[in-house]
Amino acid sequence: MSDVRELRDLYQEVILEHSKKPKNFRAIDSANHKAEGFNPLCGDHFTIYVDVKDGSISDIGFQGSGCAISKASASMMTQMLKGKTETEAEGIFTRFHGLVTGHAGDEQDLGKLAVFAGVSEFPLRVKCATLAWHALRAALKGDQEAVSTE
Amino acid sequence: MSTVAKFPEKIHAASLYDVQKVRKDFPILHQTVHGRPLVYLDNAATTQKPLAVIEAIESYYCHDNSNIHRGVHTLSERATEAYEKVRVTAQKFLNAADYKEIIFVRGTTEAINLVAQTYGRKNVGSGDEVLITAMEHHSNIVPWQLLCEEKGARLRVAPINDRGELLLDEFEKLLGPKTKFVAVAHLSNALGTINPVREIVRMAHSRNVPVLVDGAQAAPRMQVDVQALDCDFYALSGHKVYGPTGIGVLYGKTSLLEAMPPYQGGGDMIASVTFEKTVYNRLPYKFEAGTPNIAATIGLGAAFEYLNSLGVEQIEQHEAGLLAYATKSVETIPGVKVVGTAKEKAGVLSFVMDDIHPHDIGTILDTEGIAVRTGHHCAQPVMQRFNIPATARASFGLYNTREEVDALVKGIRKVQEVLG
Repeated sequence: MSDVRELRDLYQEVILEHSKKPKNFRAIDSANHKAEGFNPLCGDHFTIYVDVKDGSISDIGFQGSGCAISKASASMMTQMLKGKTETEAEGIFTRFHGLVTGHAGDEQDLGKLAVFAGVSEFPLRVKCATLAWHALRAALKGDQEAVSTE
Repeated sequence: MSTVAKFPEKIHAASLYDVQKVRKDFPILHQTVHGRPLVYLDNAATTQKPLAVIEAIESYYCHDNSNIHRGVHTLSERATEAYEKVRVTAQKFLNAADYKEIIFVRGTTEAINLVAQTYGRKNVGSGDEVLITAMEHHSNIVPWQLLCEEKGARLRVAPINDRGELLLDEFEKLLGPKTKFVAVAHLSNALGTINPVREIVRMAHSRNVPVLVDGAQAAPRMQVDVQALDCDFYALSGHKVYGPTGIGVLYGKTSLLEAMPPYQGGGDMIASVTFEKTVYNRLPYKFEAGTPNIAATIGLGAAFEYLNSLGVEQIEQHEAGLLAYATKSVETIPGVKVVGTAKEKAGVLSFVMDDIHPHDIGTILDTEGIAVRTGHHCAQPVMQRFNIPATARASFGLYNTREEVDALVKGIRKVQEVLG
């Protein structure tokens, strides 16, 4: 059950800031990986641009529209992953997924992303929090088709 | 009613719609969500069920359950009688000319698919056109797209204005020699617009084009008279008229239904079967293959009777008052914009908020115990028309109150407080 306290947990100040002023909110024309993420149930839609050099994410950006949770998640993901290797990114995704679905292991490693812990109290919003991440994985895998939450 | 009109004191009595008394008929409403009294404003998605409906289903399973149109035993006879009685109730509810014109289906979606796959496949060919409007629900778009794709026909879409009203002149211009079918919503689920169906039918019929009306949202909110509308098909869903899910009604004019091929093959829809030839059953059974959802049909009958007992006109008035009050209240909140401001409107209040995504609105309202729908409402082309990804939608039912509208307004202010 979610109450007002849990609502504050969900909409943490950091999340609201990122949703209003997202970081790396830009297309990267030279990116060698790109994918779209789409939630057909609510219309959230993001494009993720990733430039990978020597197995590391040298640049990452996103564009699109979505709710506060999905946008902040995309924004903070780009901050977190810049400079990480693809393997590291995969590991962070797994832990982030665990966090928002309530199966958290070691949140310490997630740094600022730990603010998304409140999402686990709102199961219907897990898709919002992970949309950009699914698109990122598709981009790194080189899938050309848009990924869908459904 | 004319007898009432002669006695002014009775008019007064008739206009007293006792919503608190009505609420007692709906057990589900009396609960708290996140510690707040439930405010259910998602009636366009599905309506809650009165005890009369719940008890009718329970009673059927406790006393009468049996297969219909088959056995000679007592239970089968009872079940058949109860099932067929609903057909007559539905006929009267829609004022159809004949009970044979009432086909039971799973819901509006199946009703529309039935017409597209039978009448449509038989009568729409290569180069022909099917005309719909820009405010249709996906269920009144995709079945026609499938048909057009199969037949090499073209789907034409009549535009709407910024208020969400059909541009009737444009609609008429699109009605041409190639138009073989027209399908329109009676009441838009995303915008609340009431379409001028009588006028649409008149325009189409003057060119010998039949019209299907998607009545999913209108049937629970307005008096529907299919003979007065003169439409050829009318579709509705049981769960939106306070009945069960999995049951709906397709009304069709006898002459058209007679000429249509069957939809699905199976038991009950046949008169005789040999491996060489099958003779189809008469109307309406030709379109009801297999054992139907008998319990839900009986529940639907109870729902129609419940609506009749309250008076559809009374419900219409009650909801009109609520919508006007809600529109006025919500519009005055800075940063809130109502989407769909048609002059003729009912039941639905879609809105967007500056810099706040509808999903976030929905989550925060939920913590206040308020249930609204957020998203594209299965009408993505409507969202594209207004250049928005989604809306929040409050939709009213016969049991909603002004206090609940006040709770919604308070909830919206809370949304601004949390996210603003």
